Amino acid sequence: MKLKILAAAALASVLGQAAQADPIRIATEGAYPPFNYVDESGELKGFDVDIAKALCEEMDAECEIISQAWDGMIPGLRAGKYDAIVASMSITEKRKNAVNFTRPYYQAGAILVGPEGSDIALDPEKLNGKTIGVQRATTYANLMREKYPEAEIKLYDTVENHNLDLKSERLDGVVAQRVFMHNWLEEEGNDGFEFKGDPVLDEDYIGEGAGIAVDKSNPELLERLDTALAAILENGTYDELNSKYFPFSIRKD
Amino acid sequence: MNVELMIESLPALLSGLVVTFQLVAAALVVGFVIALPTALARISRLAILRGLALGYAFFFRGTPLLVQIFLIYYGFAQSEALRDSILWPILREPYWCALIAFSLNTGAYSAEVFRGGIQSVPHGQVEAARAIGMSPASVFRRIVWPQALRQALPAYGNEIILLVKASSLASTVTLMDITGVARTLAAETYMPIEMFTAAAAIYLALTYSMSWGIVLLERRLTPKESRV
Repeated sequence: MKLKILAAAALASVLGQAAQADPIRIATEGAYPPFNYVDESGELKGFDVDIAKALCEEMDAECEIISQAWDGMIPGLRAGKYDAIVASMSITEKRKNAVNFTRPYYQAGAILVGPEGSDIALDPEKLNGKTIGVQRATTYANLMREKYPEAEIKLYDTVENHNLDLKSERLDGVVAQRVFMHNWLEEEGNDGFEFKGDPVLDEDYIGEGAGIAVDKSNPELLERLDTALAAILENGTYDELNSKYFPFSIRKD
Repeated sequence: MNVELMIESLPALLSGLVVTFQLVAAALVVGFVIALPTALARISRLAILRGLALGYAFFFRGTPLLVQIFLIYYGFAQSEALRDSILWPILREPYWCALIAFSLNTGAYSAEVFRGGIQSVPHGQVEAARAIGMSPASVFRRIVWPQALRQALPAYGNEIILLVKASSLASTVTLMDITGVARTLAAETYMPIEMFTAAAAIYLALTYSMSWGIVLLERRLTPKESRV
């Protein structure tokens, strides 16, 4: 009899723990606008945050979204501080060794930006003799070097610096992430420039896109997230969120 | 450490050495041409010359070289008037911007070194040379400068080595000098230790051979009877 009570108590405490762990804890960075950032009232906002909320609604789960420093993001996931990462994390082979990823939920792509009216495009003939700026050690630098060796490529330490040289006419164009450059074009004083042609979405150069990371010990959650992601892509929720933030589609089909 | 990769990257790094060497050599020549008149202006009797030389040295010795490069490369380029001027074909190029910054910077330091050398020549010698009828120009050329250069050489050699190392900042304005190549290779191969070790070895070889050149020059300029 006594044993039975003990067993019941043990069971209750296990159940209690399970109930406590119920809200799915999702980490984001909060320092990468417009994807994730903290607004004036201290609340997490952005495309990533909205996607996370939409997924939770779709899964009918309670979620808690927390902000976390970027460099400790994956270690924190593996230590069980949270269950998933929705933080514009690019899917790479190296990260796949450490965590599991859902299918990519967006791919911003690379875009060429140049002065309005100039005849320049990501096309070997039109790049011949042109000077293109890219950030050192980025996928955009690899793309230019491997696919468009006709262009003269200049390597910069930051995106801001190559944009300065674009404005001072040292460069005929820059290749960078589409969303970032879209925001730059919206800023005051940058209205003399425009997107040139379609974005590059070639996986060989710019990768698969951003995915949601889940610890390898939790395949159930990965599956639930993948199902929910497929559902919001299907039912229009995704497109609605996409157009709330960007005038072009960044969905990855 | 992946030694094979270091050896493979040598041709690329040596192409960076060419850029570094060109920049440093040209900056030394231009810097010298700036430094000598600046040193003379610093000890001139004319207050205006002294003031100009002092202001120049004050700015270029008192601010970081990186800031000077950024001011010349990114700063000047902001002005539309300058972009329309005849100077733009020169200031447009990162190579010339880096060369201008390095020359002005090393010129300011070298001027101080030469001033010290010139002032170390005993005034009695100048008076004696004047007394036997030498013109001020030949007093400088034949009496003061040979001794001043000998006095200044160790410090000037130091400045040359500092310039070689400072030239690595050229990589921040898109130039592919030794450091620029090494940074790019490190990012491509994910092997920063190998790449920067190889770059360091090349810098060492460069500074070592330059300091040897200075030592040889010092020996040549020292009169035989005073050698120890």
